[in-house]
Amino acid sequence: MRKQLRLSGSGGQGVITAAIILAEAAVSEGKNAVQSQSYGPEARGGASKSEVIIDEEKIYHPHVKNPDFVLAMTQKAADKYFSDLNPEGTLILDDDLVPTSPDFKNIIRVPITKLAVEKLGKSLFANIVALGVIVKVTKLVDFETIKKSVATRVPPHTVEQNMKALQLGFDSV
Amino acid sequence: MSARLMQGNEAIAEGALKAGVRFFGGYPITPSTEIAESLAKLLPKFGGTFVQMEDEIASMGVVLGASLAGKKVLTASSGPGISLKQELIGYASAAEIPVVIVNVQRVGPSTGQPTAPSQGDVMQARWGTHGDHSIIVLSPWSVREAFDLAVKSVNYAERFRSPVILLTDEIVGHLRENVELPAEVEIYPRRTPKISRAEGYQPYAPDEDLVPNVANFGEGYHIHVTGLIHDDTGFPSGSPKVTREAIKRMHEKISRAEDEIIEVHQEFMDDAEFAVVSFGGTSRTAYEAVLNARKRGIKIGFVRLITIFPFAEKIIRELSKNLRGLIVAELNFGQLVNEVERAVAGQCAVKLCAKYDMTIFEPEEIETSIDELIAEVNGNG
Repeated sequence: MRKQLRLSGSGGQGVITAAIILAEAAVSEGKNAVQSQSYGPEARGGASKSEVIIDEEKIYHPHVKNPDFVLAMTQKAADKYFSDLNPEGTLILDDDLVPTSPDFKNIIRVPITKLAVEKLGKSLFANIVALGVIVKVTKLVDFETIKKSVATRVPPHTVEQNMKALQLGFDSV
Repeated sequence: MSARLMQGNEAIAEGALKAGVRFFGGYPITPSTEIAESLAKLLPKFGGTFVQMEDEIASMGVVLGASLAGKKVLTASSGPGISLKQELIGYASAAEIPVVIVNVQRVGPSTGQPTAPSQGDVMQARWGTHGDHSIIVLSPWSVREAFDLAVKSVNYAERFRSPVILLTDEIVGHLRENVELPAEVEIYPRRTPKISRAEGYQPYAPDEDLVPNVANFGEGYHIHVTGLIHDDTGFPSGSPKVTREAIKRMHEKISRAEDEIIEVHQEFMDDAEFAVVSFGGTSRTAYEAVLNARKRGIKIGFVRLITIFPFAEKIIRELSKNLRGLIVAELNFGQLVNEVERAVAGQCAVKLCAKYDMTIFEPEEIETSIDELIAEVNGNG
C-alpha cells in the first residue's frame, strides 16, 4: 500500500538527508521509493521540504498529495504543510520549535532538537532523532534496517552518536 | 545487482563514466551540481580528470580541448550556464568535436528561479547557438533512463562527432528512486583515421556515414581545427561549393540516421482517440493522468518523446491521422507544442497544457486539459 511522507523545516535542519535515509531503508527492504525535495536558494534558513513515497507498485508522479505523515521542524512548516494531510494521518512536531499546534486530530509532539542538544550536545543530530521518531510512528521500515541505512550514510566517525540519536527518537514515543 | 536509491544527476554521472567519459569541466549551478560532485569523486578513481573552471564559458572550452586530445567529455549546467556555453556549442558543431552538454533545466529566463523545475529550454537546445546546425537532444523521465541516455548521448557524440544535449529537468535531476544499473553497456569508440598520412589522410574527409575520422591531437597527424567553414584538410575555405557541401553534410550525417536516433515511448495507443504528448519529468505526471482518464473510460494514449531533436515528425504525423486530438503537456509557456502542431499539420486538434509557476504538474491538471480537449473536439467546449 502506498505511503506518503513529507518532512519539512528550514534549510540546515537535515530534513532532506533524513528523507533520503528513509527512502534508502525502504529500497533495501525491496520496496519502491521516490524522494523529491524543494528548497530555496539559501544554504541555511529558508523553507526546506522533502517528500518520500513508498509503495510496492511503481511510482510515477513524484509529488505527495494528502500525505499520511508530516514532520514539521518549524512553526512555519507546521502551519504550511499540515493542511493537506490525510485526515487519518499523523502530524509530528518538534515540541520546542513548534509552540502552536495546528488544528489537527493526530498530533505527536516530541522535543526532537532539545533531545539532540541535551543528550548528544549538538542540534546537528536532530534529523536522526526525528528519523527514529518517524520509524517508530510510521512502522514503514524495520528499526534494524534504518540503523543500517543511517550507518551507511553518515560520516564513519559519527556512526556511534547517530545510532544513539536514532535510538533516542525511537524511544521517545 | 540489487536495487539502490539513486538521484537522477548521480545516474547521469554514472552513465557518462560507464560510456567512457574521462574528462569533465564545469562550473556548479543548481540543479545540476550533483553531476559535477559525483564526477569529482568518480573520475580520479578511473584515471579521469575533473576540473572546476572559472566559469561556464571556460568549462565548455576545456572539454572541447580535452575531446580533441582524445578524451570522451561531458559538461553540465543549467539555463544561465547553458546560455553562456552557446558560442562554443556552435564551435563544436562546426569543428565536429564530440561533446555532451547536460542541461538540468530550471525556471528562466536569466537567473530565473534557481531551484525550481522548468522545461523552458526546449528550443534553446535546438537553436541556442547561431547558424545552420544540426543537434541531438535527449530527455529522460526516470533515474534509470538518465543513466541510459547519458550512455547514449556519449555514444552519439562520438559516432556523429557532434554536440549532444542531454536535456533533463530539476524533476528528474533531483529525484531519487530505486534503480538497478547494468554492469555493462554498449560503447561507441572514438573514431580513428583509417588511412595514414602517406596514403593521403585528410582529417575532415567524411567517411561513408558522412562523419569525418578526425585524428586526436598528439597522435602523429597534422590537424587544424577551426570554427570557420573548412574543406577536408580542416583549413578554412571561401568557396561557395565547399560551404554548401559542408553545411549539407553536417545536417545529413544526423538526418540519415534519424530512424535510429528518434525514440518515442508509446502506450495505450491501440484504441486511442486522444493522446498526451510529453517529455522528461512531466511525463511521469502525464502517465498518471492517462491512467486516471483511462479508468474513467476515456480512450487516451501516452506518447513520450525520448529524443526531442531530431523531432519525431513522421511518428507524430502518422499518429495524428488516427487521433481526434492531442494534448502537449510541458512545463513552459509553450515550446514543443509548435513542433507538434507543425507535424500534425491540421490532421487532429492540438491543445497546449502549459505550466510555468515553479511547481510541477499535478495529474488532475493534465486530466482537466484532457476533458477540455474532448469537449472542444465534440463541439461543446
